Amino acid sequence: MRVELTVNGRARADEVEDRLLLIHYLREVCGLRAANVGCDTTSCGACTVLLDGQSVKSCTVLTAQAAGREVTTAEALASDAGLHPVQAAFQQEHGLQCGFCTPGMVMAAVGLLAENPHPTEAEVREGLEGNLCRCTGYHNIVRAVLTAAAAGPGGPASRGAGHDEHEVSA
Amino acid sequence: MIPAPFDYIAAQSADHALGLLATHGDDAKLLAGGHSLLPMMKLRLATPAVLIDIGGLGELAGISADGGDLVIGAATRHAELAASELVRADAPLLSHAAAQVGDPQIRHRGTIGGSLAHADPAADLPMALVALGGSVELRGPGGTRRVSADDFFAGFFETALEPAELLTAVRVPRQPGAGWGYEKFTRRANDWAIVGVAAVGGRIALANMGPRPLRATAAEQALAGGASPAEAAQHAAEGTAPGEDMHADRAYRQHLARVLTRRALERQLAG
Repeated sequence: MRVELTVNGRARADEVEDRLLLIHYLREVCGLRAANVGCDTTSCGACTVLLDGQSVKSCTVLTAQAAGREVTTAEALASDAGLHPVQAAFQQEHGLQCGFCTPGMVMAAVGLLAENPHPTEAEVREGLEGNLCRCTGYHNIVRAVLTAAAAGPGGPASRGAGHDEHEVSA
Repeated sequence: MIPAPFDYIAAQSADHALGLLATHGDDAKLLAGGHSLLPMMKLRLATPAVLIDIGGLGELAGISADGGDLVIGAATRHAELAASELVRADAPLLSHAAAQVGDPQIRHRGTIGGSLAHADPAADLPMALVALGGSVELRGPGGTRRVSADDFFAGFFETALEPAELLTAVRVPRQPGAGWGYEKFTRRANDWAIVGVAAVGGRIALANMGPRPLRATAAEQALAGGASPAEAAQHAAEGTAPGEDMHADRAYRQHLARVLTRRALERQLAG
């Protein structure tokens, strides 16, 4: 089937199998490898991306279900001006260890802060309950999200930290 | 894990979906949020040849008041249900239950109609609908019928839905200001209930205490007869024969039902 959708600000049209899951579409058709396949059972959140601005687990969404909609992956977060505030806060607070859960964790945090810009610590912990960190690095992850929230859209630190290779989100 | 091949069809309307159901019969499955069906398809526990997507149908979404009832479109997502001011005011137990389903990502996709039609006996929304004395509207080739929650859940993952029918809406009585209690016992943050209890308006519903969401009728009767929450809760597991798994054996589930019912009833009394 033919699907038309927007991925990281860019309109796309692709011929895909009806059964193609969004995570495989993003990784294999679009070449966007930030979102990971972790548990593959809607549990771990490593495949989290935004669908029309809301966090979803892309291992449990058909590409067909994203037709006509906007998908955002971690690749779209940084800009020429530097890291996205949530990425900068994860860097500042060392909100990652092995890094496997990080793209999903960051996207879940971006979705959470869009819905609730000033969450309490308890709200952050509940808001990230769909994302597992098997290094158990939760304290720094929660701290990073709170840091990003406190800093607001400007970010917690200077935004000149490189990452120029990434596309700018439209 | 990849589902077996199927043909995907985005329904253009509820009637279109009904027509497709009639055409494809048992080969077809309805897809809304897909958060029960797609995991089953990935495990090849379900292998429909045709998927009829009703998740994008505006006519099946939205929440409104209709006299004494709240009417909730079947394709309303859990996150919308949990965030609705109307639901929070008139059926706060339902609002709370919707916020207990899975995790934020799951609540952004899963729908109330899908959860009810899936009829997992451990799930939040089937138990909530039974506690609230709600009903569902089922549209088929011959028109629409309304079925109470007590009659809708027929067995283990089994409902009163006929193969050619579509669950279009959910109704719950508006009970502003009514006390309610909701207890969900889990070991992991985003899990199904090992046992769940929902209490409101003299009704008590149990999750994962049998093949379908059950009423704790003996406890309800004790409560109606003037028993205290603690006394009534002693009857909560009467007549149940819950399954056993790695989380709990039968006796432990029955113990949980009594403890959680007491907590739910005390919370309900506290308003």
